[in-house]
Amino acid sequence: MSKPPPNADLTPLPDYRQVLQPSPFHTRLVEHCPLQNWMSWNGYQTPRVCDVLASEYFAIRSTCSVMDLTPMEKYRIAGPDALKFLNRLVTRDVGDLKAGRVTYVVWCNDEGKVLDDGTLFHLRAGEYRLCAQHHQLDWLLLSSIGMDVSIQAETHQVAALSVQGPTSYALLTAAGVVGLDQLKPFGILHTRLRVFDLMISRTGFTGDLGYELWVEPAAALSLWDALFAPAQQGLFDVRVIGLSALEMARIEAGFIVPGDDFNTAETTVRADHDRSPFELGLDWLVNFDKPHFTGKRALLRERARPVMRRLVKLRVSGNKPPMDSFLYDAEHGRRIGTVKSQSWSPILKSNVCLADVGYSNGLVPSQIWAEIYYQKELEWRATWAECFMSEKPFWAHPRRLKTPPRNF
Amino acid sequence: MTKTGFVGASKSVLVVGGGHNGLVCASYLARAGYRVDILEARSAMGGGAASSDFAEGYRVSGLAHILHSLSPQVRSDLQLDAAGLETGDSIDTIALDKAGQHITLGIDTLAGGDLSADDIEAYGRFKREFIGYAKALEPLMMNKPPRLKDMDRRDKLTLAKLGWQLRFGLGKDSMREFLRIGGINIYDVLNEVFDSPLLKGAIALDAVMGQHMGPRTPNTVLTYLHRLWGETHSRPSLPSGGMGSIAKALERAAANAGVSMRTAAKVQRILVVDGAAVGVELESGEQLHADIVISNADAKTTFLKLVDSSEFDAMFVHRVNSIRANGDVAKVHLALDGLPKIVGLSVEQLSQRLIIAPNMRYVEHAFNHSKYAEFSENPLLEITIPSIADSSLAPPGHHVMSISASFAPYALKLGWETQRDAFMQRVIAVIEQYAPGFGAQIIAREILTPVDIETQYHLSGGHWHHGEMAIDQLFMLRPVYGAAQYDTPIEGLYLCGAAAHPGGGLTGLPGRNAAQRVMRATEWRP
Ligand SMILES: Cc1cc2nc3c(=O)[nH]c(=O)nc-3n(C[C@H](O)[C@H](O)[C@H](O)COP(=O)(O)OP(=O)(O)OC[C@H]3O[C@@H](n4cnc5c(N)ncnc54)[C@H](O)[C@@H]3O)c2cc1C
Repeated sequence: MSKPPPNADLTPLPDYRQVLQPSPFHTRLVEHCPLQNWMSWNGYQTPRVCDVLASEYFAIRSTCSVMDLTPMEKYRIAGPDALKFLNRLVTRDVGDLKAGRVTYVVWCNDEGKVLDDGTLFHLRAGEYRLCAQHHQLDWLLLSSIGMDVSIQAETHQVAALSVQGPTSYALLTAAGVVGLDQLKPFGILHTRLRVFDLMISRTGFTGDLGYELWVEPAAALSLWDALFAPAQQGLFDVRVIGLSALEMARIEAGFIVPGDDFNTAETTVRADHDRSPFELGLDWLVNFDKPHFTGKRALLRERARPVMRRLVKLRVSGNKPPMDSFLYDAEHGRRIGTVKSQSWSPILKSNVCLADVGYSNGLVPSQIWAEIYYQKELEWRATWAECFMSEKPFWAHPRRLKTPPRNF
Repeated sequence: MTKTGFVGASKSVLVVGGGHNGLVCASYLARAGYRVDILEARSAMGGGAASSDFAEGYRVSGLAHILHSLSPQVRSDLQLDAAGLETGDSIDTIALDKAGQHITLGIDTLAGGDLSADDIEAYGRFKREFIGYAKALEPLMMNKPPRLKDMDRRDKLTLAKLGWQLRFGLGKDSMREFLRIGGINIYDVLNEVFDSPLLKGAIALDAVMGQHMGPRTPNTVLTYLHRLWGETHSRPSLPSGGMGSIAKALERAAANAGVSMRTAAKVQRILVVDGAAVGVELESGEQLHADIVISNADAKTTFLKLVDSSEFDAMFVHRVNSIRANGDVAKVHLALDGLPKIVGLSVEQLSQRLIIAPNMRYVEHAFNHSKYAEFSENPLLEITIPSIADSSLAPPGHHVMSISASFAPYALKLGWETQRDAFMQRVIAVIEQYAPGFGAQIIAREILTPVDIETQYHLSGGHWHHGEMAIDQLFMLRPVYGAAQYDTPIEGLYLCGAAAHPGGGLTGLPGRNAAQRVMRATEWRP
């Protein structure tokens, strides 16, 4: 087989009917997507559901799931001031992030309101990748004024797969990846598989054991084939998943999505419709004992005031989905917030959600009830469900932290 | 002073830059008991108000050559007269006409040329009206710009005074008219009022000189009012000895107040620890510490060069980086072997402020070049021959001519390195049209393009006002939102130069207002 020219599969088609861009995995992906239930993720043709949502969800929680991660916004950051730039960008101290390590970060505007979140990869000494939920190039460039740093959008230059689930370690090992046994959570492994370079990070968005795999687009199909080879021999249940299954898993894991769970600062017009890291419950990500970062002065001021609201994790009783529900403080009979993302958690047998809740004078409401509207055979009904705040993620299996992982 | 205690006396202050505003600010603070040191990069104090010997035996005002708006409040507060301030002979403006039909523009009188009675009458009315507007804006000039959110008592007072001035100072009809023209361009306004093209050209020059604007640019009514503010209290003048004598008087006043001053002391960076200014480092490596650092330098120099940009939030840096502060005026200095022979002008008239802006079309065309990064083929000129009133400026019988010439854009397409002579030639050629044989009288010459002004006066962009006086860079947006009340995001770091409200020209107001801000922030402990 002759090698395709580099990036050949990425060149946008001149056809105006091509609304969504196929990812480098597309030709393999379609084989797993009989539903043809596509959506746009960053302009890429991405499955919402590939086949059966429940099976996809349980692949994440019980066996192994594979998801195309290529559309995620990725930026390469390097140069003499790279670290200085990053530490001024994000709220946490990344000064001690070693080469080969990954960390979760958020960044704010001058008013201390969150613009986006993402993962920061220290790829090699002095070279970083920042993955973001939304397009950030403008903000990154704007933040680099006066600094000697190079910032390149590399979303289309890196193909990526997310391999998540209890058997992900076993599957990757069976597929021929060497060295995973020593890879700790949030670690990076540079290796080779077959004839191509492969970078693996022990990261994910599911609160479970899992990895993310990064290759050049030209190696995308080889990677896919290597991954599915053990499954084809009937050894593993590996399932391609769409964004809906991931959505269920990430809510269980308590991960937030900027734009869904809160309005990102850049897109906010109305006063107080944006959110600070404190308001998102991300206090642990804010470090005031490091060099100046954007939003620091505003956050210092905010910290001196009582907490006004929080994005909280709520377990919702009953089986009715608390979709877009209003929340009430039962003690005072006041409306105090709304549900943002919600899902039925099959593994916990409960409704779970992330909700934006107002605290009066910094006091946590003691009794929260959700007002739920639902349909029965096209007839609307209303009901009430008691909610229970959860400090911890609903799902965070200890196996995600074990090194070497269990070889299920 | 009271039981809360006066702590200003124990505070030490470093002022970066000894321009006239730095001197004014330092003097106010020293008089209030602060220990103040000024560090000036150049070999003399004064910044744009210094004199310069551009050729052996020939002296001119280095940048600013006409004193037209020094604040009387500053003058009396700092007892500048006692320190030897002499503002010099007051002058009128003469708009030159090739055919010798020159017109003389006084504060509210017009003379000469072939002016119609209507124009003469209209000029008086127009000037009184506009000086009224300029006066109505005085509460804004004399105070820190009010914040619109989280106003303090002073802000409310400023706005109340402004509102009072507009409504009752001006009266209902005038206020309505002011609100109508406030945001529009001088071109439309002048066409409504006057007939004489020469008269309109002359007024348009005042609205655009120093800005990157033509008469048709919105906002030129405001720039004209800013320029006119000086006429609310005094007449323009040419200080004898050049503007450096004003700087000297300010310097003496500062010394009298106890300010220490160092020249040839260029600040390399402002030292910041934990988000607060603690001192400066000089080019020599020497470090000086103080409780408060005040910068007389422009905003880009202060926030992008003197302080590490990572000490600020990103959007703030972006705003500073986006300030429009590229100059459009070159200064041309000529040594002449005698007085130029401008057709129809007496020696007495030659000693006035001479301008070449024959009509508004000419002015707009001159500006057109600047839009495309070229210098004007036929520039606008503001000419003075200060040696007529002050013979010490040139050898006997000889004269110096000082010219502000526009438009000479900072970022010239072809680069100034190869073009400065070409522009100077254009300036001379334009004058030659009014004074035949002029070129042959020149013995020595100098041109300072905005790039030269940038390097020689440590002023990024070389802009007259340290930044365009456009509505998005004025008042509570000057120099940028986040640093518009003289204080900055860095604790203990303040601005006191023309970059800050109310902008450029030799007013002393940014320096005075900044000093008041510093005092209010540090004088009393709650
Ligand atoms: C061509 C031209 C013609 C003009 N004509 C007139 C006129 O006729 N009438 C009028 O009223 N106005 C005129 N102006 C405007 C006037 O000159 C300025 O608005 C005025 O000088 C501003 O005063 P300032 O004290 O704020 O700043 P400046 O006069 O610019 O002084 C700033 C000082 O800070 C110093 N400095 C900067 N950085 C450092 C550093 N790192 N370390 C130490 N020192 C530093 C500089 O050397 C300078 O001395 C003219 C301007 C130009 C450019």
